[in-house]
Amino acid sequence: MPVPIAKLAQVKRKGVVPGNPACMGCPHTLGLKILGKVLGDRAVLVVPAGCTSIIAGVYPRAGINMPVLHVPFASAGAVASGIAAAYDMIGRDGVVVVWSGDGGAADIGFATLSGAAIRNENILVIVSDNEAYMNTGIQASGTTSWRARTTTTPIYGKTEEKKDLALLMLLHRVPYVATASVGYPTDFAEKLENAAAIRGFRFIHLLSPCPPGWRFDADKTAHVAKLAVETGAWILWEYINGRFRISPMSRPYADPRRRKPIEEYLRLQGRFSHVKPEDVEFIKRRIEENWRLVKELEAFYRG
Amino acid sequence: MGEDLLREALEENKLFVEKLLAKPQPGSAGPTGTWRTYRPVVNEGKCIKCGLCWLYCPEEAIEWSPGGLPKIDYRFCKGCGVCVQECPVKAIDFVYEGE
Ligand code: SF4
Ligand code: SF4
Repeated sequence: MPVPIAKLAQVKRKGVVPGNPACMGCPHTLGLKILGKVLGDRAVLVVPAGCTSIIAGVYPRAGINMPVLHVPFASAGAVASGIAAAYDMIGRDGVVVVWSGDGGAADIGFATLSGAAIRNENILVIVSDNEAYMNTGIQASGTTSWRARTTTTPIYGKTEEKKDLALLMLLHRVPYVATASVGYPTDFAEKLENAAAIRGFRFIHLLSPCPPGWRFDADKTAHVAKLAVETGAWILWEYINGRFRISPMSRPYADPRRRKPIEEYLRLQGRFSHVKPEDVEFIKRRIEENWRLVKELEAFYRG
Repeated sequence: MGEDLLREALEENKLFVEKLLAKPQPGSAGPTGTWRTYRPVVNEGKCIKCGLCWLYCPEEAIEWSPGGLPKIDYRFCKGCGVCVQECPVKAIDFVYEGE
């Protein structure tokens, strides 16, 4: 069950400190805020280079009210493994969280991420995926959507497809993998609770629509994040203890007739303003394929 | 034994912990309320106290307790409009700051 709003609101502690350097309508702070509500008193964050490095603060002040260790791009998985080992040694009950962007996880940091997963390190990795290197100026990453315009794919949009990081991690045979969206904070909160209750490597792929990077108005962050789910383009699921389940908020959209038209999602985003009708057809086919795969996984991992 | 190790390490690195670590503090990027072009204003007559604006505010600039009215901290609210967009009964007006 998603965590009720009233329960989250009982936690007065703020994970995100108001007046931080994040952009207006930032999805990362929205995600960090929920992390703070659920695990704020137990989490230690390992943050590789990315937007969150900026949000965490301008010395001597910090914008995140959780311990943050800033680490070089490629090293987050390795550093977090070390902290988890140290926590074990001193007998601390804490949750070691890697809070990474898509570049830090899917591209530059993938080696240490994969290594930590294979060793089943006792860490929780959250990838807040805004689908490009945003804080350096919107360069395409491995998880940028096909055809999305970025500053490195300025004309036709990206010609390669989005890397499915969550499925990649699932096939590392780790105990917990889930997808989430900042459009559904109560579902994300539930997944954080579930993940925190398990020992070993845990992974959450959080979709984080970025107003300047995806080119939509700052008030639409949560709206776009919900549309991604309602159009079926982003599927919420959770794999836990050998059982794979499509999450309740995505369940209705297993039926293509109940999905909102994908055009509605694409139209809101300036990065897709150039896509042609045949591109939209391709995107629709891919969405259907992804759904077939996820349904097969659900049938396979009945638990 | 573990806690002793930790205490020892903290003692050895006292200067680092006290002076060189950044500490959480509101307004780490200054008074971000000055970023606003539009100001979200809760219409208390219309509000059904659902807390969705509180849930979605990316800045944690809204205070809300279950059953109560939301209160926006204008010192830091950046005026993104997410709360305006997410309110299910359109109880938040978005008012031009110049007026
Ligand atoms: S306008 Fe944005 S920052 Fe201001 S209260 Fe609403 S959601 Fe929060
Ligand atoms: S979202 Fe709207 S109705 Fe709900 S508490 Fe906020 S202002 Fe009131």
